[in-house]
Amino acid sequence: MSGILSLMIFIPLLGGVVILFFKQEQKSLIRATATVASAIPLVLSFIMLAQYDPSTAVMQFVEKAPWIPALNVNYHLGADGISVPMLFLTALLSFVSIIASFGIEKRVKEYFAFFLLLQTGMMGVFAALDFFLFYVFWEIMLVPMYFLIGVWGGPRKEYAAIKFFLYTLFGSIFMLVGILLLYFSTTPHTLSFLELIENGPHLPQGLQILVFVFFFIAFSIKIPIFPFHTWLPDAHVEAPTAVSVVLAGVLLKMGTYGLLRISFPMLPYGTNYFIWPMAIIGVIGIIYGALVCMAQTDLKRLIAYSSVSHMGFCLLGMAAVGSVAGIQGCLFQMFSHGLITGALFLLVGVLYDRAHTRQIDAFGGLWLKLPVYSGVMVLFVLGSLGLPGLSGFISEFMVFIGSFPTFTWLTGLGIFGVLLTAAYFLRMVQRIFLGEFNTKWEGKLPEMTFREIFTVTPLAVLMIAIGFYPRILSMWMQPTVENLVRLIAR
Amino acid sequence: MDISLAEIYGNLNLVIPEVVLFLFACLIFTLAVTGKRSAGMLAGWSFFALAVTMVLVLVIGRGTAFGVMFLADGFALIFKIIILVSAMFAVGSSVGTVGRLPAHRGEYFGIILLSAVGMMFMVSAGELLSMFVALELSTVSLFVLAAYDKRNTKSAEAGLKFVILGAVSSAVLLYGIALLYGLTGTTQIAAIKKGLQELYFLTGGFPRGLFVAVILLAAGFGFKLALVPFHMWAPDVYEGAPTPITAYLSVASKAAALAVFLRVFFGGLINAQEVWLPVIAVLAALAMIVGNITAVVQKNIKRMLAYSSIAHIGYILIAVVATNVRGVSSMMMYVMVYLFANMGAFICAIAFSQKTGSDQIADYAGLSRRSPGLAAFLSIFLLSLAGIPPLAGFVGKYYVFLVAIEQGYLWLVMIGVLTSVVALFYYAYVIWCMYFPKEGDYPTDTVPVSPLLRLVLSVAVVGVFIMGIYPRPFLDFAINAARTFLP
Repeated sequence: MSGILSLMIFIPLLGGVVILFFKQEQKSLIRATATVASAIPLVLSFIMLAQYDPSTAVMQFVEKAPWIPALNVNYHLGADGISVPMLFLTALLSFVSIIASFGIEKRVKEYFAFFLLLQTGMMGVFAALDFFLFYVFWEIMLVPMYFLIGVWGGPRKEYAAIKFFLYTLFGSIFMLVGILLLYFSTTPHTLSFLELIENGPHLPQGLQILVFVFFFIAFSIKIPIFPFHTWLPDAHVEAPTAVSVVLAGVLLKMGTYGLLRISFPMLPYGTNYFIWPMAIIGVIGIIYGALVCMAQTDLKRLIAYSSVSHMGFCLLGMAAVGSVAGIQGCLFQMFSHGLITGALFLLVGVLYDRAHTRQIDAFGGLWLKLPVYSGVMVLFVLGSLGLPGLSGFISEFMVFIGSFPTFTWLTGLGIFGVLLTAAYFLRMVQRIFLGEFNTKWEGKLPEMTFREIFTVTPLAVLMIAIGFYPRILSMWMQPTVENLVRLIAR
Repeated sequence: MDISLAEIYGNLNLVIPEVVLFLFACLIFTLAVTGKRSAGMLAGWSFFALAVTMVLVLVIGRGTAFGVMFLADGFALIFKIIILVSAMFAVGSSVGTVGRLPAHRGEYFGIILLSAVGMMFMVSAGELLSMFVALELSTVSLFVLAAYDKRNTKSAEAGLKFVILGAVSSAVLLYGIALLYGLTGTTQIAAIKKGLQELYFLTGGFPRGLFVAVILLAAGFGFKLALVPFHMWAPDVYEGAPTPITAYLSVASKAAALAVFLRVFFGGLINAQEVWLPVIAVLAALAMIVGNITAVVQKNIKRMLAYSSIAHIGYILIAVVATNVRGVSSMMMYVMVYLFANMGAFICAIAFSQKTGSDQIADYAGLSRRSPGLAAFLSIFLLSLAGIPPLAGFVGKYYVFLVAIEQGYLWLVMIGVLTSVVALFYYAYVIWCMYFPKEGDYPTDTVPVSPLLRLVLSVAVVGVFIMGIYPRPFLDFAINAARTFLP
């Protein structure tokens, strides 16, 4: 099916524009439109999976048309084994988030319009094969995100919104300069990912190092990597639930995706030059994020910092550039963290909607009162701390297998991080779900509704499925990852 | 050089648009003195005049008239279109403002047209003295317009400041022209180029006088462009002048000044670029740094936009480092995208102050509730000015950064991108005020926008989106125009 990627990208935008023509009071109509506009890309992503040929590393579903010929800009889309899982994850999490947003009552029209615009940007980033197009999608997300946090967020939303906006823009301008430097480094000048990857080894070494640093600044702010992570807890804590879900589930992945799609294959020398710093920063992120989690009293902030720790695993895995397992572990971690953390934010939202607080100490003994909620929450917590049989374990295990030969001692430290993860999560489970029930909540905490269960079910199913049979995920990416390892070794 | 009569009178049809616009200006003066006319009617006539002129500009051929004094090339064409479009925006947004004036309504519109005539001659000038005369015609008209709201002391102050500093800068510019004449014996731009080349071959270098001339010319044009450190007048004049005039000043007058700047530096002094290029690059960097950082602390939206327009000239001048077709076309493209976004932002300010009488950014609190459309439009214009894709401003910025990187000016581009983060801060601050106010901290009555302003704003928004999403025709147009200017 040609044009499938364009449809997946622009149907949400179309839905958002349609919503603008409705009246503010037509809430159910707006919600229905938004659901349809995000369900179609999800259906299309299944079609995409069905038609994708997983035995090759070449770009598929390619669309290419001249856009701004004077600047060599093309409308160029395509998907390979790295982007296909991310496109699917984006479609799934966006759909789930739209369903989870039905509780929004304030300025419903603008909320869903911005959310769908955000989805267009996210889809576009994972499908773009032209730098200009990529940058446009990358930046297009800032504005809806700014408003989604700033208007519908928590008490310190204004601060969090502008902090997010400025941090990310600060990163992206470095990327812009890097793009321009790359553009002029090739003859004929090109913005095409594929041609720039082809040309990668011929770039001068100094330029590779410089551009790698520029891209790394942009991507590491997005991931976010210590010490650029400070926007993340603020944004997460203040953002409405569904926005936290896509923020953690999709937006953070764009940083690692950018490194794998752009920096690594286009700048092989630069990449190999920086593997040690990357691994060290990754391990610092793992340990630091976990230690900070230990001290959190706010449930949402805890999960936000756990993202810093988990994304550290991604960085450690990809720093092992010579091994298929390391990079595949990074991709697994991206996917699995999207599922698990997305679900955890949904579940925190469920509790917050009822209790209007997220203080861990405010609860206790919920297991007896809310068995379904507690069961689901603990399942995802176990996934997050890497229990074998769930997807988090597979990804961390693969990361360690990949990184151990190169960074033996660092990997040891990283494994220590797993221990810390278990510690802070179990401490949280103990305080909220076990122990004395806080009688203040007697009768005030109803069980999860059908809609809430519906939103987390697909995520739980996928998490367990990948945990038991990782091939359902690895089969898509295997040839692409092998090819990537080859490209970096040039 | 001998010029035959045929050369002088042969191509007189090329100046028809300017002559027609001048006659319309006279007609509007006549209308105004022969009875009390409504602002709407006078604006309608002015708009008609500008539209007719626009058509004439588009259909009239290319060539030179009056020897080489008047050049009707693609370069002039694109700047004339920019000038006429911004004059249309100014006229369209002036109706409410002028309607409140007790007298001299007709002159207001007539003078706008006269200044447009002056700017059109400016961008077509192939010779320094006729350029200077045209420049004076446009600036003197703008002096009057800036001081038009004479009961308002700020407007009067703006006019006075503008006159005094404008006169000084004209003198400086004239002295620079005189020095060039002294060095080369001509005021024709093309001949100056040849003269300097001969001088270079004769003496093996450029004379000291040329350095002085370059400094004086840069200062003179720097004033018109409001470049740092010649920008002191701009914020006060922008704040005091009637807002439609501020908008007009910030776009049309800068575009015209940029055009003559390019005619002189890229035309006459192109072979001496080693002398002036570093100077202009440093001026561009200063403009971006000072403009953006000073804009952050502004409390008045017109002053904020004044400083931001200083910064934008800095962005445009980044491309000066590329003395080729790409460089020139990127500047043109930037001016085009800047035209729509900046005009739009000022017109939003006009609409807001018509109801509230205020230009304070703090008073914009809660505008998203009081007038959702106006708040959304202003946000779009500000985001375009900030260079957020897919809006027009991004394409403009991308292109100027691109040509500068091509010339190896990484430091200049780094200053450009870093200051655009600062810029985002003050643009986003306005959006913040409009959308994230503290509850109950703002009046709740609606801010109505007149149908005419709504129309004008819609045109600007469409422009901002089209040039951002489908910039191809505009870019091709700019590149073709640049080709007629540089061989």
